[in-house]
Amino acid sequence: MSLITASHLSKTYRTGDVDVPALRGVDFTIEAGAFVAFVGPSGSGKTTLLNMIGCLDRPSSGTLQVLDTDIASLDRSAAAAFRGANIGFIFQDFNLIPVLSAYENIEYPLLMVQDWPVAKRRERVMALLESVGMRDQADKRPDQLSGGQKQRVAVARALATQPKLVLADEPTANLDHDTAYRILELMKKMRDEFGTTFIFSTHDPKIMGEAEATFTLEDGRLTDGGGKHA
Amino acid sequence: MLKVLKLAARNLLRYGRRTLLTAGLIVLGLVAVLVFIAVSGSFKQTIVGQITDAMLGHLQVHRKGYVASIDNLPLNLNMTPAQVEQIEQVLKGMKDVAAWSPRLKFGAMFSNFTETTSIRLNGVNPQQEAATVPLLAERLVQGSAANGLVEPGKILIPEILAKGMKLKVGDTVVLVATNLDGSVNGKTFVVQGVLGDVTGPGGRDGYINIADARELLRMTQPEVNEIAIRLKDPARLAQAKAALEKALAGIRNAQGQPALEVHTWEGLSPFANIAHMIDLLDVFIRIMLVGIVLIAVMNVMMMAVYERIREIGTIAAIGTPPRRILTLFLYEGLLLGLVGTLIGTALSLGIVAVLNVWHVRFAFARQVFTLTPAIATSNVVLIGVIVLVVAVLASLQPAWKAARMDPMAALRHV
Repeated sequence: MSLITASHLSKTYRTGDVDVPALRGVDFTIEAGAFVAFVGPSGSGKTTLLNMIGCLDRPSSGTLQVLDTDIASLDRSAAAAFRGANIGFIFQDFNLIPVLSAYENIEYPLLMVQDWPVAKRRERVMALLESVGMRDQADKRPDQLSGGQKQRVAVARALATQPKLVLADEPTANLDHDTAYRILELMKKMRDEFGTTFIFSTHDPKIMGEAEATFTLEDGRLTDGGGKHA
Repeated sequence: MLKVLKLAARNLLRYGRRTLLTAGLIVLGLVAVLVFIAVSGSFKQTIVGQITDAMLGHLQVHRKGYVASIDNLPLNLNMTPAQVEQIEQVLKGMKDVAAWSPRLKFGAMFSNFTETTSIRLNGVNPQQEAATVPLLAERLVQGSAANGLVEPGKILIPEILAKGMKLKVGDTVVLVATNLDGSVNGKTFVVQGVLGDVTGPGGRDGYINIADARELLRMTQPEVNEIAIRLKDPARLAQAKAALEKALAGIRNAQGQPALEVHTWEGLSPFANIAHMIDLLDVFIRIMLVGIVLIAVMNVMMMAVYERIREIGTIAAIGTPPRRILTLFLYEGLLLGLVGTLIGTALSLGIVAVLNVWHVRFAFARQVFTLTPAIATSNVVLIGVIVLVVAVLASLQPAWKAARMDPMAALRHV
């Protein structure tokens, strides 16, 4: 079953008087439950593509269907609601809320985005803390955690609302090699455990191999991996 | 709501020193306003109370044109007994009126047999005068009003005159007055008491019994030239004046014009202008408070939004609805205002309590008043609400900016 379908997807940014193409007619399909990487050098269009899949940006032309929804049809509020219901995010810089503990950071989307009742919320957060191996660090704030621990919390937060899709933009860029592998292993484990589709971007050739399928982008074009991926 | 409030509180604590400084500024402004209102209100209330309860009453009725020439104390603008009776009938029917006192004001020569000077006198009915201006008796610095405010054949003299002419209670003096026909008459009086001088019209007048005044002026009928009126509720001054004017409009002079005029104490005392100045200052200081809260909260909230752009991008990206982001920042402003209001109010009440214990004295003209500052609950609530509303309004623009932020651009922000 296709989770994401892109057809002739293009994105052009305007910088001053100059049009800068970020994506040029990209076609691909990603199936539910996939563990996919978009790879390529900096400026190749990985982040632009992830932003569009995450309903943070709109295509200039072409179509992008995510969970049978044309993302170009979503206005600001609808896009926020769609993200809150279906998509989890993992960021390169972790982007945890500094005033909240690890527990509270994972709880945040359940509390502020989906209004889960307290008992159900607690059960979910504790299960996720256990899954990412952070149960003992639940009360620590981000500034008391290492980079790897922060990203574990970020993975748990991304999965809190049981999204169908998790997008991770360079999730290992700020981590050492061993930690990066462990985070990818964790993401894979989460995919296996919850059936969530994971899409991540990277420019690090060493961890590209961890993906079950890769799309290679160069200058906004798919040079490898275009077509259907499971 | 509680969860957003909790997060807002934590965000404020994140920048503890800045939050403290901003809340401190709000506290300072609020204390300045509340203490000023308490002290100025006490000052105004004391002076106004002195003017209305010891001299003028709240309202006065005169024959038309009398007040314009009141400095001369004319006797040709007296109200006739028939007019006085009509006025008294009207006053009896008015539920706002607590008491009234007919007065016969006139000027006379005052002599202690060795020196002579002039004096302004009020001929009054002691019981009615005491009911209309109850603080008059309290102005006695010598003598007593135990047997009536002023007994027949006796006089209450102003302190300035007693000192100047070296008079004391029990001394005999002579009053010489010219009546309406131009004939002069004299009568001896015994000093019953000495009245402390107060600021305002009539503050240095003498008082005699109205029957003695009529005898001195050789009046053939019981005329008066002023009726002072005390209201049950001074706050209903304007309504009572309007009602009285309407009721007296039917009393006409020979030309068919209204024969009488009604004045409030404000129209008769120059202090009314000072009272209005105090009210104006009160408004200005409230505006300053609004300015302080507006600038302080807006500044701190704009800083908060600017410093947390990436964080706003993150919470927006993970699906936080824009209205919830708006609420979060509005709550931060509201909490800042609330903390400032609570501390400021507590501090103000403490300062006012201390001012009441210390008995702050305030000199005004030749008088020294003991202030009893008090803050009305309505004022505390009103000022608190103003601060909270302004704090929320000041947060509105930064909160709106945060809620409308493009998550993608915010996440890219360095």
